[in-house]
Amino acid sequence: MATQLTINGASHDVDLPEDVPLLWVLRDEIGLTGTKFGCGVAACGACTVHIDGQAVRSCQVALGDVWGDVTTVEGLGTPDRMHALQQAWVEHQVAQCGYCQSGQIMQAASLLAQTPNPTDRQIDDAMQGNLCRCGTYPRIRAAIHTAAAKMEG
Amino acid sequence: MASLGKIARRTFLIGSAAIVGGAAFGAWYVGRPAPNPLMPGRGEAALTPFVLVTDDGVTLITPRAEMGQGTQTTLAALLAEELDLDWQDVRVEHGPPATAYYNGALMGEALPGKGYDQSDFMHGLAETIGKVGKVFDMQVTGGSTAMKDGYTRLRVAGATAREALKWAAAERLGVDAAELRTEKGTVIAPDGTVIAYTDLAAEAAEAPLRAPDLRDPADWKYLGKSMPRLDMVGKATGTAAFGIDARPEGLRFAALRINPKRAGMRSFDASTAEGMAGVERVIELRDGVAVVARNTWLAQQAVDAIEVEWEDAPYPADTDKIFQRIADAFDGSANSTMRDDGDAGTLPGGATEVTAEYTLPYLAHATMEPMNATALYTGDTLTVWAGNQAPTFTRDHCATAAGLEPDQVTVITPYLGGGFGRRGELDFSVYATQVAVAMQGTPVQLTWSREEDMRHDFYRPGAMARMRGAVRDGTAVLLDAQVAAQSTTQQAMGRWLGMSPGGPDKGHVDGLFNAPYAIANHRVRGYLADLDVPVGFWRSVGASFNAFFQDCFMDEMAHAAGADPLEFRLALMRDEYPAGAGVLEAVRDMSGWAGEKPGNTGRGVAFSYSFGTPVAQVVEVVDEDGTIRIAHVWIACDVGTALDPGIIEAQMIGGCIYGLSAAVSEEITFAEGEAEQYNFPDYDALRMHNTPDFTVQILENNAHLGGVGEPGTPPAAPALANALFDLTGTRARRLPLNKSFDLLV
Repeated sequence: MATQLTINGASHDVDLPEDVPLLWVLRDEIGLTGTKFGCGVAACGACTVHIDGQAVRSCQVALGDVWGDVTTVEGLGTPDRMHALQQAWVEHQVAQCGYCQSGQIMQAASLLAQTPNPTDRQIDDAMQGNLCRCGTYPRIRAAIHTAAAKMEG
Repeated sequence: MASLGKIARRTFLIGSAAIVGGAAFGAWYVGRPAPNPLMPGRGEAALTPFVLVTDDGVTLITPRAEMGQGTQTTLAALLAEELDLDWQDVRVEHGPPATAYYNGALMGEALPGKGYDQSDFMHGLAETIGKVGKVFDMQVTGGSTAMKDGYTRLRVAGATAREALKWAAAERLGVDAAELRTEKGTVIAPDGTVIAYTDLAAEAAEAPLRAPDLRDPADWKYLGKSMPRLDMVGKATGTAAFGIDARPEGLRFAALRINPKRAGMRSFDASTAEGMAGVERVIELRDGVAVVARNTWLAQQAVDAIEVEWEDAPYPADTDKIFQRIADAFDGSANSTMRDDGDAGTLPGGATEVTAEYTLPYLAHATMEPMNATALYTGDTLTVWAGNQAPTFTRDHCATAAGLEPDQVTVITPYLGGGFGRRGELDFSVYATQVAVAMQGTPVQLTWSREEDMRHDFYRPGAMARMRGAVRDGTAVLLDAQVAAQSTTQQAMGRWLGMSPGGPDKGHVDGLFNAPYAIANHRVRGYLADLDVPVGFWRSVGASFNAFFQDCFMDEMAHAAGADPLEFRLALMRDEYPAGAGVLEAVRDMSGWAGEKPGNTGRGVAFSYSFGTPVAQVVEVVDEDGTIRIAHVWIACDVGTALDPGIIEAQMIGGCIYGLSAAVSEEITFAEGEAEQYNFPDYDALRMHNTPDFTVQILENNAHLGGVGEPGTPPAAPALANALFDLTGTRARRLPLNKSFDLLV
């Protein structure tokens, strides 16, 4: 039986077992490859997407349990119409290998939605589940502050 | 550009002739003494295609892979600087596997000599020796060599293409090419006529190629500046394509399980797996099994349901026995004695002897993107999409696996979600090829679970050092260093080339024999452990452990000598290597080293010279209610010429975090022949909350261009260990540090 999902505003019918994690539905069925597989155990944050605006690890959400509208990094902004966070990422030249950055940005977007002007401590608390092996953390922190200032202003 | 593979292949056949309405330009830079640097050698009829001009744009073909280090941006800047492209029009593509893209700097690293004291003659010799890389098709992204290799070669290629485009415009306009100038992708005539490069492509393909003089660095527009990275918008919007994002039409997805004991497979029973949802095929591999399914997760579930009986490990079953074998190596004869100054066997009169033994663990690379490759086999062709650091070797080994000739294989190198040396290996591409051959006509993406990735790494070897030194009158008068570990060079070269180089393994003692301290009696011996644990190149290779041995022991000697650890190093380095002393002075001044600091803080310094670049780091740690936090790191490096300061800063910080992460919590241990770490909960790294603040200074006094991808890593662990000693009085002679210190995790 097909499951109906709303992803980035578009409706999709997915005919898969209900225990398939949302991550793999996005990547292998729908073809939205911006969301990344890193660990499969919610330990790295590379697969972070939003469900009804809240950041979740899509590797841990079964297809049958998706409770709301899904937003992926592709839905946050596009190269021609970047979200303020994505613009800040470019301004601060954050990414190195870039593989974790979709998840970092989606986590940061959720943070700013709840805490528009976060302190360093609040950034630490919100972002420590997102691993980056290249060590881009200092620039991520700076970019979040820049985006927050721009969105507030 | 639709099909680089096709274009490039035809380009190799027909050299600089017009192709699909465009032109490919390249340069064969034979060497500075040669009268015509563009003269192709015998058997080198094809010009190297670094610049492709078609009617819809100019594409710069980079010989190296982008794995986060920013290399493609700076390689493009080298080309664009001479070619006069507008930065916003610059496009890059990774080149296909080709001898022409050999790495001319990597083999030069193998030349005897300490590096930091290299004369211009030796530097030139290294460049010549580097050409040996061509013989082995050494197209490798590694060894922090891309800029050393590309610095002249790509500027010449850009200038050559520019002159060819001017020649074409001159022919068309009937004027002298010398009267023309170029700007923002166009040729401009004295009368104001503007012709776009794209409009000149076909005619330029007929141009006689010549090597113009390169521009004066004082006139550079792009080089020396922090350029917007070409991959940044894609990586900020999820649109940059990594290997794992390859989506050829009709793609199927596969997962695998390989023997965690790194040996063969006795038997397997896939009867349960075969009936599971979405499963299409179970495929037997030499040392494991793969399942092809409708999506990756269904394949992973099925492959985990296969019962397998594995063969036993070809190395001792547990960590203690492995390290006993490493220790045993000290009893054998030395593989290398790369430094032997004075008489290191005799304690100088009146000197105080200092000894210490250090032990460092095996380490995984743990790239964020797990190993994967995608392959399509049609019977007489094979296409492989793989984020890899060695395209020619990948092509050749995949050809063998598919029973094809190398020229029947196309290798596409998308972005690498981290490399750190791991993606120089061929295993993931070869496994994908084996699966694709079994699925002829259907493209298959083979993705490793994180657990497979971590347990089938080619690890940074575990290493031990026995250090003996002596101090007198506040300085070091003797240093006798012995290191024992497996040889990464022998294993990795064996996997690439099917043969292992004999003789002294320089990489095994890198960072130790060439530590630029003038100590009168100074000997460095390397011992190779006889072990078959799979080991490979890990960011900074031998320097990743040797810098720890060297600079922790420098600290111990300074302490025994009653000297300030930083001034102790400076006094031994000032005359030996002024550029090295310069980075030490820079971190001293930046960090306020000599000033007062609160009682709950500790500071440590370390220095390392690796891959041509001296780096000094001062780490500050703070005791906060019994938990120790790494608060700040000051870094100074000297790269000779800073081609892109923003990228260099990012590499210095990222390299340091990679080293600190390993020092704080990472180790691979073994039980029953298997790695005991499975996933990030067992093998974590620094995260946002425990990453320190950084201050970086980039100096340009070094005589030659140095690497940047790796040199930030080696000093991190010793600087942290020395800071912990300063804070607690306890020496850390083993890693990871979270076993003996209460660090913020």
